[in-house]
Amino acid sequence: MRDVLRGGGTLGAHEGPYFGDFGGRFVPEALVAALDELETAYHKALADPTFADELERLHRTYTGRPSPLTEVPRFARHVGEGVRVFLKREDLNHTGSHKINNVLGQALLVKRMGKRRVIAETGAGQHGVATATAAALLDLECTVYMGEEDTRRQALNVARMRLLGAEVVPVTIGSRTLKDAINEALRDWVANVESTHYLLGTVTGPHPFPEMVRDFHKIIGAEAREQLLAETGLLPDAVAACVGGGSNAMGIFNAFLDDPQVRLFGFEAGGEGVASGRHAARFSGGSPGVLQGARSFLLQDEDGQTLPSHSVSAGLDYPSVGPEHAWLHEIGRAEYLPVTDAEAMEAFRLLCRTEGIIPAIESAHALAGAIRLGPQVGSWGVQDREPVLLVNLSGRGDKDVATAAAWFGLIEDEPVVKADEGEQL
Amino acid sequence: MSVTDVRSVTGDRLDALASGEQPRAALVGYLPVGFPTVPGSVEAVRTMVEAGVDVVELGMPYSDPVMDGPLIQRAVDVALQGGTRVRDTLVAVEQVADAGAPVLVMTYWNLVLRYGVEAFARDLAAAGGAGLITPDLVPDEAGEWTAASDAHGLDRVFLVAPSSTPERLVTTTAASRGFVYAASTMGVTGERATVGSRAEQLVADTRAAGARRVCVGLGVSTPEQAAQVAAYADGVIVGSALVRPLMEAATPTAGLDALATAAAGLAAGVRGARRSAR
Repeated sequence: MRDVLRGGGTLGAHEGPYFGDFGGRFVPEALVAALDELETAYHKALADPTFADELERLHRTYTGRPSPLTEVPRFARHVGEGVRVFLKREDLNHTGSHKINNVLGQALLVKRMGKRRVIAETGAGQHGVATATAAALLDLECTVYMGEEDTRRQALNVARMRLLGAEVVPVTIGSRTLKDAINEALRDWVANVESTHYLLGTVTGPHPFPEMVRDFHKIIGAEAREQLLAETGLLPDAVAACVGGGSNAMGIFNAFLDDPQVRLFGFEAGGEGVASGRHAARFSGGSPGVLQGARSFLLQDEDGQTLPSHSVSAGLDYPSVGPEHAWLHEIGRAEYLPVTDAEAMEAFRLLCRTEGIIPAIESAHALAGAIRLGPQVGSWGVQDREPVLLVNLSGRGDKDVATAAAWFGLIEDEPVVKADEGEQL
Repeated sequence: MSVTDVRSVTGDRLDALASGEQPRAALVGYLPVGFPTVPGSVEAVRTMVEAGVDVVELGMPYSDPVMDGPLIQRAVDVALQGGTRVRDTLVAVEQVADAGAPVLVMTYWNLVLRYGVEAFARDLAAAGGAGLITPDLVPDEAGEWTAASDAHGLDRVFLVAPSSTPERLVTTTAASRGFVYAASTMGVTGERATVGSRAEQLVADTRAAGARRVCVGLGVSTPEQAAQVAAYADGVIVGSALVRPLMEAATPTAGLDALATAAAGLAAGVRGARRSAR
């Protein structure tokens, strides 16, 4: 575990606070001491084998790691002739997504820092549920901020968090989504920083969060690499992951950053299409700027005001992205492409029907991306073997069943929202 | 050019008040541009200066004001929904620069970054502005702004907080020009029943770290609190308590009347303070 956390490559072990021109700490002075404290505690924990041992034990006995690698041949037939597709099954982790990897790491740090309370933001609810879970496990008070719009979209996860003992605070200002939940969490943190840790859920925010959260998710890529090599003797030709803030993508990308033959693809929410203006495609429709603690790509108007984002997936509905992704985009190491709501939902349906796996709608963006890559991947220098695609299945779709049912018109009295007539699931 | 080579407009005003016949602290009044309208906010600034505000803090509306409480965020939302643009702030600065008080612009950093740091400094100076207060920009990230503010003779007001370490008090003080903004409490803007008890110690610590002038903000809302803070600080910064009269009034005229009353009360508080030895 310790070796996984520390990394060993060059790109893969890059440390903050800056990733090229991106990252940094654009925060109120009141938070600087807490960020310094967190950075110190984190580096001290990295140097302490008991920390890695404890995290490894939790992953093995509580999270259920290693998560399996599943080849999906029936789905792969829709991706491309002869393409082999493997899913990294983060959906099988306890609480149903990759989020638990980071949450357990940070929660152990909270105990080391002697704090009693954690706050978190959540969009789809996966990070909120994971945080509420870790708080229950480690006896911490927990408050989760969630945009009011998202509490409606993800009512089941709100109930889960409350069952686990967390206070869920619906945020009623701004666009009432993830961005506004983060603002409220930051305000709470400024006021209560002495007793409270902000358990940030993705690779965004001020240093050291992007570096630290990435490190806690490196295990996804480390396991997938080892599992794929054992299964096929090969590295993947391409890795596909969805990118909201970007934590699952950074976790799986990390193990392959220093393998130039492996192409890395981040699929962000194209919503109703980049041209429509209703999307969360920061790389296709955004520009560099500062939001919520870091310099990265973001959706903004010509004055620098944050533009509202849109996605059928609450977890990807965020106007900025982790600074390390911005850097990988700038240096051309990873490619970022938008996937529309309709493409993602089609891929969602396809995985359900071909493999018996209901993915999170976030993860369905990566599946849709894989379908798009399929026709090309065979021409990337692979001559004498079948091309291999690795897709990070970052979460399961239980929380999205209501959204999908409405989309496909599966519930009586619910109108068909987007699916074409005759295309019901 | 070093910090000491550039003359500070705001610092000169604070020094003049501190060394006058009746030495006193300054009243620094915050209002956002564009609330309730752009012309309305210009009128409001002139009103509060006439009522006794010594230094103006003009807020640039931003979509994600994480250091502000609900009242100011509501006002700023009204400004943005009304179509207030960044360039309206520069126009407003120009229109209030002759009102009789130095004008500092309070802004979240992305707005300046997007405009262009050097261009913003140039245009702010040309409009007659005194400098910037930057709630989400700490000196560690301010290299470009440091150069631009030196080049254009602008003040750089950075914040210190009760959580700032002695080392950060020194570096933040050294990077600031005009005054250092001491946050009275760990929290965001808004009226509070009492001013943070750690404010006086923070002012003393910031002075010990080398600051010539330290003003206190966050939570100051009554004449009594203003008097209390004015006894030990170089300036008393008030925001929400000046925005509220504009927010709650039935008509724009009534709002300006209520604002004048609130500002005059706070000014009287500052003027009536029993100053401790400096």
